[in-house]
Amino acid sequence: MTHASVFRGSHKCTTMRSNSRPCGQTTPLASRCYSHAKVETDEEFDARWVTYFSKPDIDAWELKKGMNTLIGYDLVPEPKILDSALRACRRLNDLASAIRILEAVKDKSGPHKDIYPYLIQELQPTLIELGISTPEDLGMDKL
Amino acid sequence: MLHLTKGRVGCLLSRRVVLALTNRGARMSSHDHHEVSDKVDMSQPMYWDRLDTPLPDRPWKDVLDSTDKSLKQKEKGPWTALSKEEKIALYRLKFNHTYPEMKRPSHEWKTVIGGMFIVFGITGLVVLWQCHYVYPPQPHTFGEEWQAKQVQRMLDMQINPIEGFSAQWDYKNKQWK
Repeated sequence: MTHASVFRGSHKCTTMRSNSRPCGQTTPLASRCYSHAKVETDEEFDARWVTYFSKPDIDAWELKKGMNTLIGYDLVPEPKILDSALRACRRLNDLASAIRILEAVKDKSGPHKDIYPYLIQELQPTLIELGISTPEDLGMDKL
Repeated sequence: MLHLTKGRVGCLLSRRVVLALTNRGARMSSHDHHEVSDKVDMSQPMYWDRLDTPLPDRPWKDVLDSTDKSLKQKEKGPWTALSKEEKIALYRLKFNHTYPEMKRPSHEWKTVIGGMFIVFGITGLVVLWQCHYVYPPQPHTFGEEWQAKQVQRMLDMQINPIEGFSAQWDYKNKQWK
């Protein structure tokens, strides 16, 4: 199934799953040297965010800050990050924010209508376990 | 005190939206709003409905009555025990608009286009008045007779005979080509 990093914005990587090279171009003739800073891989990015939301004593501010920052990125978060965030909402006894997060990622998908159903499919076990209804279940996806 | 006059927040047409946005849920006046005009206290956490920032600094409804409070208590237990209505109520306590409500189309474009046409109309009237009252009489060289004589003179002088003016005149048959 599609990896959510596929939907990263174009500025982040030269190709979707390229290894970081010292120089950006493939042909030595046209080689340009970008910064030699280490580029974070998709897995590292995902792991970092999962860890962030997995903090057992996460507080409401950290949840807000994390979600707002994550939504600010040019990508749709992986299901595992969202799973971690939804569990953080559970620890904070905040159902409304959990539903809001689902709305937000649906909006982030933009014109790609197949991302959100995929996310919900992947999150289904968590949604059932925690008792989170999707906006569609509650009829909140209509005006 | 950090104040933000509501007039400065948002454009003319969305003042009502801004008013709704900054209204504390249950219309409870908080401490120092003794001014006549509504001002937003920027030193307090604000609520917002933004697509790109899903979780605002404070919940929509700050002041909870007893039903709300008991619902919040129930929220601490398993969410599977909550009914759909309760879940919706919890959402509405914390947030004002859902994402589809935030993204609803407005009728603002009609106002804009209407305003544009009104301005064009007024400009048109101004131009008409100006044509009548401001412009001096046309020079005599614009008259039909003068123009005819001018064209004849130009043909007699063979103005641009190769590719231009006189090239279009058939001198033999005394007519335009």
